[in-house]
Amino acid sequence: MSDWKFMARQLVRNPLSLAGLVIIGIFIIIAIFAPLIAPAPEGHLNPYMIPRDSFWAAPQPPNEQHIFGTTEGQYDIFYGVIWGTRSAFRVALVVMAISVLIGIVLGSLAGYFGGVLDEVIMRITDIFLAFPALILAMAIVTIIGPSLKSVMIALTVVWWPSYARLIRGDILQVREEDYVEAARGLGASSGRVILRHVLPNAIYPSLIMASLDIGAVVLSAAALSFLGLGSPEGYADWGQMTEFARNWMVGPPGEPFKYWYAVITPGVFILFFVLGWNLLGDAFRDILDPRLARR
Amino acid sequence: MELRSYIIRRLLLLIPVLFGITLFIFGITMFFSPVQRAVLYVHDARQLADMDAMIRLYGLDRPFVLQYGTWLGQVFHGNLGWSKVVSMPVWDAIWHYLPATLEIAMFATPCIILLGIFFGSTAAAHKDTPLDHGTRVAAILGWSLPLFWLGLLLMMVFYGFFRGFLPPGRLSIQMDILVNSAAFTRYTHINPIDAILNLNGPVLLDSLRHLVLPVITLSVTHMAFVMRLMRSSMLESLGKGYILTARAKGLSERVVVNKHARRNALIPVITVSGYLFAGLAGGAVITETIFNYKGIGWWAYQSAFNLDIPAILGFALFSAVLFVLVNLVVDILYTRIDPRVRLGGGMQ
Repeated sequence: MSDWKFMARQLVRNPLSLAGLVIIGIFIIIAIFAPLIAPAPEGHLNPYMIPRDSFWAAPQPPNEQHIFGTTEGQYDIFYGVIWGTRSAFRVALVVMAISVLIGIVLGSLAGYFGGVLDEVIMRITDIFLAFPALILAMAIVTIIGPSLKSVMIALTVVWWPSYARLIRGDILQVREEDYVEAARGLGASSGRVILRHVLPNAIYPSLIMASLDIGAVVLSAAALSFLGLGSPEGYADWGQMTEFARNWMVGPPGEPFKYWYAVITPGVFILFFVLGWNLLGDAFRDILDPRLARR
Repeated sequence: MELRSYIIRRLLLLIPVLFGITLFIFGITMFFSPVQRAVLYVHDARQLADMDAMIRLYGLDRPFVLQYGTWLGQVFHGNLGWSKVVSMPVWDAIWHYLPATLEIAMFATPCIILLGIFFGSTAAAHKDTPLDHGTRVAAILGWSLPLFWLGLLLMMVFYGFFRGFLPPGRLSIQMDILVNSAAFTRYTHINPIDAILNLNGPVLLDSLRHLVLPVITLSVTHMAFVMRLMRSSMLESLGKGYILTARAKGLSERVVVNKHARRNALIPVITVSGYLFAGLAGGAVITETIFNYKGIGWWAYQSAFNLDIPAILGFALFSAVLFVLVNLVVDILYTRIDPRVRLGGGMQ
């Protein structure tokens, strides 16, 4: 396990990855304690829906009641960005978990058994990877009807093929190792060999890299929400909140930045969330790349 | 193996992929019931009275394989259906909106590649200096920026604060009228090129003014990506034996970096240009939507938002085929540039 210790020490020592860890930590705390940080008002049924005061269109600047102000339609920006953190984690974790799972199953089948099965699975991933990701996701969401669930399905469809390929590559490297041969020689079933001997030795680097894609998943989900293809109106969702600000980026004559709070705030949350994961991912890439790692 | 047989083999390998893409797209439409698909053919409310006749007329109740065959035949004849949001056939819409997108891509691509290569190799040549750390942070930041938010911020400053200095849209109203009048010949429908060919300064200036913000928005993220890649590839190249040789020969550091290291470091960057295409295609949807730039991405957004199924599927099919072809070209170029790549290589 000294590898893990080495990795952890590298991450903490590098100021960039440390910053990434801190940012992610803050977001995790916000997500866990959202009900305490931004409690839903009395009688509010779904805490993920942002409470609104009225249906007045123009955003209102920060005041005592709404410390970040309100966006179009009088949705409270503070409440929206806090609960939006939860939505972001929810979308990212679901998409990640399912696509990694599909990737592990299909990737290990293809890598371990090879032959026709490998050929078929890889050609299927080819087809999915032949589409520009965002466009395929957009088409899928359009077909199954815009909603948050559709966004998750679409992103999973877009993301799994690259994991399947990554894991297949890992498995190909481990498949011929002596201990795998030995396990097979002892009469272990294919399933047992894959689950107990091949996978544990093959996929940790890939799993780490995959988990750091969470930022990218959230970015894509936000883009789809921004295009109006995601969550229902009023749902705590950073992408949608940015979309609300679209009509207000230019203030009335004389006050060009009048509605800055509506434009800036949700975007800052998206930026920092993605930045946290990317900072960590960048450091990991250096650690995992043996040509650049270990000074 | 010779280049020609390599190309032929790659072209043959394209067939199953293209087949799979069309099957996938057609498979998606089968999520809809025959009635839902028949409605797409309705032009007159009276036809709604007898939907069964419509379904039979267009063979929407036939077995999957037969319907797929019919559809594929139509696609080969350029018939991708009717785009209701812009009231024209999907195929025509693609060609109608493509020039505007090419216009943006024409400026964004060189920005991304040249600046990305420049910053990336400079960072590598100054490894572990403040310059390197600065560009690294800038690249990670750029890579994390939500495109749509960056676009809004740029508009806030350059359209709002500077009183319409860099406006959204493709051309201002007067110029748009001029461009579509008899006095102006539209050779390519790409405004800056047409303006130059017509020797029309004001149109050129106006179209460039509208292009600045979309090009910046589209470039930043991808530039950051190229920059990071170029940096690590350059670092690897700088550690190679031929660099040591060049230095030992007494060549100046500038020649070593620019001639010996950078050229060899370019090879991995070329391989990702295919990826870059996919990124630009997706980015174009967001950029054109924000800036109301009526290109193919804007049309795709309109179709998705208004649930215009034939349009969005036609667009997905078109971009996938284009993406596959771009990757093919990239691979062929790659073998030309890097003679070490074995053309014979296995199927891996």
